Amino acid sequence: MRRHAERIAGMVIKEFRQIFRDPRMARVIFVAPVIQLLIFGYAVSTDIADTATFLVDHDRSRDSRELVDSLTASGYFRIVGRSDRPEDLVQALQRGDAVVGLTIPVNFSRDLRSGSGARVQILFDGTNSNTASVAQGYAERIVADFGRRRSPSFSLPIDLRDRPWFNPNLESRDYNVPAVVGALIMLVCLLLTSLAVVREREIGTLEQLKVSPLTAGDLIAGKTIPFAVIGLVDLAIVTTIALYWFEVPFRGSFVLLLGASALYILSALGIGLFISTISTTQQEAFMASFLVFMPAILLSGFMFPVTSMPEVFQWVTLLNPVRHYIEIVRAVFLKGAGFDALSRQFAALFLIGTTILFLATRRFKTSSD
Amino acid sequence: MSLTRLSAVARKEVLHLRRDPRSLILAFVLPVLLTVLFGYAISWDVNDIETAVLDQDRSKASRELLDAFRSSGYFRLSTFLEDPREIRGLIDRGEARMVLVIPPDFTRDLGAGRTARVQAIVDGSDANTANIAMGYARGIVQSYSLQIAFDGARLAQPIRAESRVWYNEDLSSRNMIVPGLVAVIMMIIAAMLTSLTIAREWERGTMEQLAATPVTRTEVVLGKMLPYVAIGLIDVFVVSAIGVVLFGVPFRGSPLLFIPLSTAFLVGSLGMGMFISAVTRSQVLATQIAMVATYLPAFLLSGFMFDVKVMPPLLEWLTYLIPARYFLVVTRGIFLKGVGADVLWSQGLLMIAFGIAGFVAAVSAFRKELE
Repeated sequence: MRRHAERIAGMVIKEFRQIFRDPRMARVIFVAPVIQLLIFGYAVSTDIADTATFLVDHDRSRDSRELVDSLTASGYFRIVGRSDRPEDLVQALQRGDAVVGLTIPVNFSRDLRSGSGARVQILFDGTNSNTASVAQGYAERIVADFGRRRSPSFSLPIDLRDRPWFNPNLESRDYNVPAVVGALIMLVCLLLTSLAVVREREIGTLEQLKVSPLTAGDLIAGKTIPFAVIGLVDLAIVTTIALYWFEVPFRGSFVLLLGASALYILSALGIGLFISTISTTQQEAFMASFLVFMPAILLSGFMFPVTSMPEVFQWVTLLNPVRHYIEIVRAVFLKGAGFDALSRQFAALFLIGTTILFLATRRFKTSSD
Repeated sequence: MSLTRLSAVARKEVLHLRRDPRSLILAFVLPVLLTVLFGYAISWDVNDIETAVLDQDRSKASRELLDAFRSSGYFRLSTFLEDPREIRGLIDRGEARMVLVIPPDFTRDLGAGRTARVQAIVDGSDANTANIAMGYARGIVQSYSLQIAFDGARLAQPIRAESRVWYNEDLSSRNMIVPGLVAVIMMIIAAMLTSLTIAREWERGTMEQLAATPVTRTEVVLGKMLPYVAIGLIDVFVVSAIGVVLFGVPFRGSPLLFIPLSTAFLVGSLGMGMFISAVTRSQVLATQIAMVATYLPAFLLSGFMFDVKVMPPLLEWLTYLIPARYFLVVTRGIFLKGVGADVLWSQGLLMIAFGIAGFVAAVSAFRKELE
């Protein structure tokens, strides 16, 4: 046992030396995730702000101006053009100069004041379905609130109070940044492991290792431990940025996050090792990693909710470690959930991680004989 | 330029491709996989929101309100609670996205003409879903309210907003994504396939052989590019066909505008890939750089999934440098809006300029001379 430990330690040291001999590697390992987190963190957003709005105000009254003001004051809409001709509005939408078109008919003010019911027409460019549906929700709410303020006598029999928990301002960044952390950790571990093993095979040094007294188990441990360590260091770096740069709230326990990450990294290493056994060149390993990574991210609930998928795909996502990890990370960051609320995800991560690592190890042993 | 030499270079590249089945899988299987995933499996469309109900009133009125939620199709009333203390755990575990609370005095308030209150607690951690769910809930409560207040009579709300959505009437994310996918897939081919072609010759030492032949720089670049142009155009066709036929994405514009502009964008992207290949002379380095320079921006910073207008100014400014951003205006314009050259002329000219620039960059970066 002690001999094994010594051999593995020797191998780990060799591996670290090999990784950091190339100064470019340090940059790839520690700087690239930071840049990616910054870009993803800002780019992945489903919020809307200053949505370009074209205005056709046929009424030109104080009331119509105040309605427009309450739309722009919300910060969600910005008037980018106005005209008297409806054709201009159509053209602005076609060109993409505006994505919302607001038409206020003549008599708006009169109808509002007489209580006979005023109307406004709002057109949305649906080519970006997300922007359009969020903008539609805000616009309808703002118009309804404006109307209610203007006629206090009118009240609906039922009043719905909605309370968004955990994220009262409904900012999508808090939800997305923790998920980006999960995606990046997978990418780093997956790529590094698969490339490192294949490189050794490409250069021919895998043969040298095989004639050494290392057992296959030692070899795999020595190859994967350094990347597990790097994965955890990257986790610390990107989590720090998420907390202090993006100011994502952290309501849960760091121990829980660390435990989940260890299990998650286990499956990432397993997949990386598996890819290395089916690739003969680094190029192939890179392509295979990409082919695995893309669907894993798309079917994880990172950008597209799992509950919106057809049932078959919802079942498929249960096999995806990224899905379980992202659920844990989001719940730990935003909800402060404890282990009891997340035990299912932990169990799934554990099962997936050990199974993949077991299968990859077995395949690695047979393929390296 | 000699056609014989050009076709010889192209034939050589086809041979390389045929011997490398993995590249071909990437070129033909990945686009189909992505189209099916985006068209069928994943979307932003929100329906069947898991909803728990705490009905403390248990009256005819409260049941009718719940029926209104159920029949809307947006909410799945899955759990019925007895105790408000259950709410927290339910949302923590993610078993419910929304909890509707109908207080005990709901019917009494309604009968007395007071405003009855209903509460919707929403898991806000997913801001987007929460937003949409709250919008639906408000709409349902409002129309139910109007129904009982005026008993079906036409009602004078102070202002009625008549909203209508154009180009993508049912607001499906599939219609938004599939036209953009065309751009993303071209960038994948550029990043993962063409970025290899010149670097491979350097790494394997076959550049000496190429240097010994009378073939010119333009012939090499054009000859190597042609097979990938063919692959790219086939992919464009396959993705569009799957999108339109299988997933009902509209194609309202003219193919006669779509094909030449796609080709121009494709030549530009492939040229970028070959430029990177010629400069780095290393396959691994070339693919890594090409991923960061072509594929990632097309995916993230083009408006493919996320609106560039809400990005911070620095990032938004960066998106103006991403050719895919303009190509997306073209594809969405042609697919969804059905607009023609009169609207898209500026983006179209940019595409042609990008095509020429990419090709020229690849030719000028390519050196046959050996050091």
